[in-house]
Amino acid sequence: MNVGIFILVSVIKIALVFFILLTAVAYTVWLERKVVGHMQNRWGPTRVGPFGLLQPAADGVKFLFKEDLTPPHVHKTLYIAAPMIAVAFALTSIAVIPFGNWVVLGDIYTPLQITDVNIGLLIILGLTSLGVYGIALSGWSSNNKYSLLGGLRASAQMISYEIALGLSLVGVLILSGSFSLREIVDAQAGHFWGFIPKWNIFYGGQFVAFFIYLMAAYAETNRIPFDLPEAETELVAGYHTEYSAMKFAMFFMAEYANMITVGCLATILFLGGWHGPIFGPYILQTILPVFWFVAKVFVFMFIYIWVRGTLPRFRYDQLMAFGWKFLLPLAIANLVITAFIVALKS
Amino acid sequence: MHLILFLIFGAVCVAGAVNLLLQHHPIDSALSLVVVMGALAAEYLLLGAEFVAAVQVIVYAGAIMVLFVFVIMLLNAGEEARSGGSRVAWIFGVPGMLIGSILMAWILLKHSGTSRVEIGALPGSPQDIGWLLFHDYLLPFEVTSILVLIAIMGAVVLAGHAQSQTRAIEKKEG
Amino acid sequence: MVPLSYYLILSGILFACGVTGFLIKRNLITIFMSIELMLNGVNLSFVAFAAQWHALSGQIFVFFVMVVAAAEAAVGLAIIIAVYRTRETLNVDQINLLKL
Repeated sequence: MNVGIFILVSVIKIALVFFILLTAVAYTVWLERKVVGHMQNRWGPTRVGPFGLLQPAADGVKFLFKEDLTPPHVHKTLYIAAPMIAVAFALTSIAVIPFGNWVVLGDIYTPLQITDVNIGLLIILGLTSLGVYGIALSGWSSNNKYSLLGGLRASAQMISYEIALGLSLVGVLILSGSFSLREIVDAQAGHFWGFIPKWNIFYGGQFVAFFIYLMAAYAETNRIPFDLPEAETELVAGYHTEYSAMKFAMFFMAEYANMITVGCLATILFLGGWHGPIFGPYILQTILPVFWFVAKVFVFMFIYIWVRGTLPRFRYDQLMAFGWKFLLPLAIANLVITAFIVALKS
Repeated sequence: MHLILFLIFGAVCVAGAVNLLLQHHPIDSALSLVVVMGALAAEYLLLGAEFVAAVQVIVYAGAIMVLFVFVIMLLNAGEEARSGGSRVAWIFGVPGMLIGSILMAWILLKHSGTSRVEIGALPGSPQDIGWLLFHDYLLPFEVTSILVLIAIMGAVVLAGHAQSQTRAIEKKEG
Repeated sequence: MVPLSYYLILSGILFACGVTGFLIKRNLITIFMSIELMLNGVNLSFVAFAAQWHALSGQIFVFFVMVVAAAEAAVGLAIIIAVYRTRETLNVDQINLLKL
């Protein structure tokens, strides 16, 4: 495969994945509104299109046409740059996520992934760490005490839960022996005891790590029950108080894109990635892994939205105490036990 | 190709470092330092040290600099006051340093010989680094973990000290 | 193929900018950031030499430098917060007396 075809295939992959990601972000918003609506015994969006399916399009048009005002007292450069930073780092992490197996199209042999880096997991952790800047800088540049407080709280919360997030993943790394996401999924192939799949959450014993990851992910993406930084009743709107129209839409997109990335990562690391029953002709064999992957991510998103509709919000000191005093020691304990068991087995 | 990429990221590094010196508000200096660290991570990738590059982004740019930005936002001290500036610095210092650095660069370039670095020269995978870290360098590793523990305790005591002090004074008076 | 001296010159420029910032800046936090810039310059020369000699110990040293920089940043920023609480200023020209 020469360089020209490689570049062409990569550009097609990037365009396709990007388009699918943006559509998925829009329809995750729709899903959330519908699910939370039904949980609260009401319909959610129903008027725009059948089942309200065109609601994201209507919202997009609304955001485009809203007046994009810049208040006079803000720090102009950072005010404009902060949502761009947030959305850029949120959307970039999809580049290393594998959706399926290798496909062969005539001469072209390519993985269903934009790029398979041998430190893929570290890249996602790094992009999550850098995403904190979008929120911290938006709080700062708005020159407004509510935004500053919201920005500070959000960044402190995100960097505290990053530690628990990272440590919960190390158990998976010990089991797989590689940072590359494709190799981590490949290590979860097969079944044991006949029908139970060898996912890390069952066979690898990482169910505690899965729950630590879940809770740390809720805190990282600033979702209920950890969404004090953007709570309407506490801080006006927290770090995105002064933002309107397209810039607010960028923060919104960044939050949902982060949710999707976290869901994809949980599927890859704990739920076996694209492994599932595969049957049929070759075209079905390439599409089915992607279908299982999307189904698992969908289940993860549903749990996310389910928790959002159910739980109340943590107070800030309760939130920080939970992250530092409970999740962190639990993650370390999980790491020690996993390392011990792996060392005993080998 | 290697040279072009090195020059691009090197130029970004130097621009960020010079911008750190030229900015008046510490938050702008902090953000230029983050740019420098990002460009340095790219330089490490060019040398083949991908694990170091990832750790640089996660730890340095993503945690230490966030701490700096956090403290700057928290203290909110405002723009830096203009210092008096010394004429000695401008007459001797800056030209002296420029001459010194040009001299050193010239010497380095003259005596570089054939020592070249290929792109992606470093052979180690993260497994090899881990092996070295836990076998040959185990003692420094454990010592640094104690160092981090001491730093955590020191930071908690120092940053929380003033509040408890004021509370003690208020209790004595009231 | 990039000669090793290019990497050393880049590392030297970063270190020199760090030293300059340390000497000419008046804000305590900016001085502290210049120290971090110096440490980054040193890290680059460690990795460059490790690449030339194909030795992994250079990278290990980079980890230790990063850990020390992190510990130092944590304690230093705590000291800066404590200083700001008592002196109400971050200008080093005014934080030059042992007693207020």
